[in-house]
Amino acid sequence: MSTTSTCVPASADADCKATQRTEAPLVLLGDEAVARGACDAGITAAYAYPGTPSTEILEYVMAQTGGRGRPIARWCANEKTAYEEAMGVAFAGKRALVAMKHVGLNVAADPFMNSALVSVHGGLVLAVADDPGMHSSQNEQDSRWYADFARIICLEPANQQEAYEMTREAFDLSERFRIPVMIRLVTRLAHSRAVVRVSEPRGENAAKMAPDISSWILLPSNAKRQWRDLLNKQPALSDYTLESAHNRLDLIEAERSFGVITTGIARNYLLENLDDLAIRPSHLHIGAYPLPLDKVRVLADHVKTLLVLEEGYPIVERLLRGIRHGQLLILGKETGEVPAAGELTPDIVRQALGLTSHRGVDLPTLDLPSRPPQLCSGCPHGDSYDALKKALLGFESPVVTSDIGCYTLGALPPYSAIQTCVCMGASVSMATGAAEAGCYPVLAVIGDSTFVHSGVTPLMDAVSANTDMTLIILDNETVAMTGGQPSLLPTSRLAGLILGLGIDPDHFQVISAHRRDTEKNAEIIRREIAHRGLSVIIAVRECIETAKKRKRG
Amino acid sequence: MKYDIVLAGVGGQGVLSVSALIAKSAMKEGLFVKQSEVHGMAQRGGAVSAHLRISDRPVASDLIPYGTASMILSMEPLEALRYLSYLGVNGTVVTSTDPVDNIPDYPRMEQILVAIRSLPHSATIDAERLARESGSVQAINMVLAGAASGLLPIKVETMQESIRELFGRKGEKVVQTNLRAFETGRQAAAC
Repeated sequence: MSTTSTCVPASADADCKATQRTEAPLVLLGDEAVARGACDAGITAAYAYPGTPSTEILEYVMAQTGGRGRPIARWCANEKTAYEEAMGVAFAGKRALVAMKHVGLNVAADPFMNSALVSVHGGLVLAVADDPGMHSSQNEQDSRWYADFARIICLEPANQQEAYEMTREAFDLSERFRIPVMIRLVTRLAHSRAVVRVSEPRGENAAKMAPDISSWILLPSNAKRQWRDLLNKQPALSDYTLESAHNRLDLIEAERSFGVITTGIARNYLLENLDDLAIRPSHLHIGAYPLPLDKVRVLADHVKTLLVLEEGYPIVERLLRGIRHGQLLILGKETGEVPAAGELTPDIVRQALGLTSHRGVDLPTLDLPSRPPQLCSGCPHGDSYDALKKALLGFESPVVTSDIGCYTLGALPPYSAIQTCVCMGASVSMATGAAEAGCYPVLAVIGDSTFVHSGVTPLMDAVSANTDMTLIILDNETVAMTGGQPSLLPTSRLAGLILGLGIDPDHFQVISAHRRDTEKNAEIIRREIAHRGLSVIIAVRECIETAKKRKRG
Repeated sequence: MKYDIVLAGVGGQGVLSVSALIAKSAMKEGLFVKQSEVHGMAQRGGAVSAHLRISDRPVASDLIPYGTASMILSMEPLEALRYLSYLGVNGTVVTSTDPVDNIPDYPRMEQILVAIRSLPHSATIDAERLARESGSVQAINMVLAGAASGLLPIKVETMQESIRELFGRKGEKVVQTNLRAFETGRQAAAC
């Protein structure tokens, strides 16, 4: 339900106008629509760490920046530093966007949770892209829980136009309620293109220090006051979401049997099937949280059966359970009408609505082999894994922990070279634990960008204990899996960082990740395994894809 | 009017470029479009698909429901068979016959072609050869766009205009190569 007004002129200095520009409509990914909304909301800066499906948010801001240098758009070491840099912009009274994928918010959870307590006067908006269905992620956690956890507003667009408008509005809401505001995307919106009509851009905020500095000093005495302040804001937040056009209730007076609640893009799948339903159900769509409780109550009182359709965890469904107990049947992921795992599809929703899917064309008798992703032909990681496997020949039960990036594909045949992939940086810390549990040999394999993100800190632990492990940093000089963003720390400076942590220079090696060096590299790895203490090896060769791109210009 | 296309291929084959070309052309003709893409890990030499929805009314879902697609347009013959559950009974499969054999258990080519040709509506295109004859083996995806064009609810001239715009930055020679590839694909599907 896109409304005619593109933003709520909430704070006194919000000057965004609903007038639409005459320029041709843009065709934008959901991610890009968020980025454009932030640019048009007058952000001073945007920060992010690349992660599918959120990467294109910052890439779009960067493209907007062009040669003008404004807004500032920067890839950061990790999501925590990105969030904190955005907080600094807000502290100076200006507007900032910070973008990440859902699991990135775990890394940024510390500043995120605490930023809900400070008094934000420069708009602070977190755009977080969840990945239900795990297309490119290790879990499908639902960021709406985080918004509820932090007691802030979450806006959840259902299409690209809403992604634009909600992001603009989020900055106004942030300044009006003095809280950070979350924009929650999911993969299918983040990575789908459609026409977006943009409105007149707004200028940057003037610099203005926080009017109440003590609200940013979360000493217990201040934090207690700020926490009460946040709790006291809750009724106002609820009033906002109750009034908001993003939460729309369509009550069918004559139809009292069946109602549907949708959140975010689930509405699209309901609309897709609506024409085939014999009765038009009463419908509440939720695009703004905290939940608009009074609207939920009106719908719950109106019907006998309520189907809840939401992308991600059954959050609304669980909050509803128990309402009108015995009189209202609530259907959804907890009762099995909707699968609890994976993303929604038009057909899942169709079946939950009691309709049968259209039958596709039958496949003539042929078993289709799957085609999993794999390392590119000529990838330096492949050569590193060949050397690693050669080095480990003869060892009965070597431990090889690994991490998150293209090189995680080394878990699959033909390499089958690694044994773990849990979260950013865990290869280093898990190797330490495994070594201390008595395993030998223990190796950790991590990419250069993941190492900078979260691998440096655990390496300090390993240095202090002189852990008996060998860390191999696969340095392809880029953030490859998300499309080749520049590494924060070029190869030339990586060695200095590692030696600076106190690694024994005799057990620090830089090798070339090249096929012709496989024998030599395997020998070096073997030697470092034989050293019963900490060794670090950097295997360097540029990603084949970025090298190709560079040659093409 | 509604025309849903599942685009299929292997990561790196230019699936998204074909999708972008058709989407751009449909929008030029004032149609509503939603174009869903796959990014990230799946792009690394794995099976890739994109859903492209064209309609004269606003499109709600970014994904195509089962059994309703008008076309499967595939850059690769094995991948052409992977998404048949989306194809409507009157839908057409348009596919290249050139395999990307990067898996150990790739079926025999005859089996795949027999399967494709047993479908009610299909067009198999020798896209690599036609692309090479047009001047660039990289234009396989434009050959396939041409092969699909006769069935799309879009004027051929609009598609050609979009090709000029998409490749204009790379110079007139590249534009002409891609227009030729598009045209050979169109003729191959017509006969």
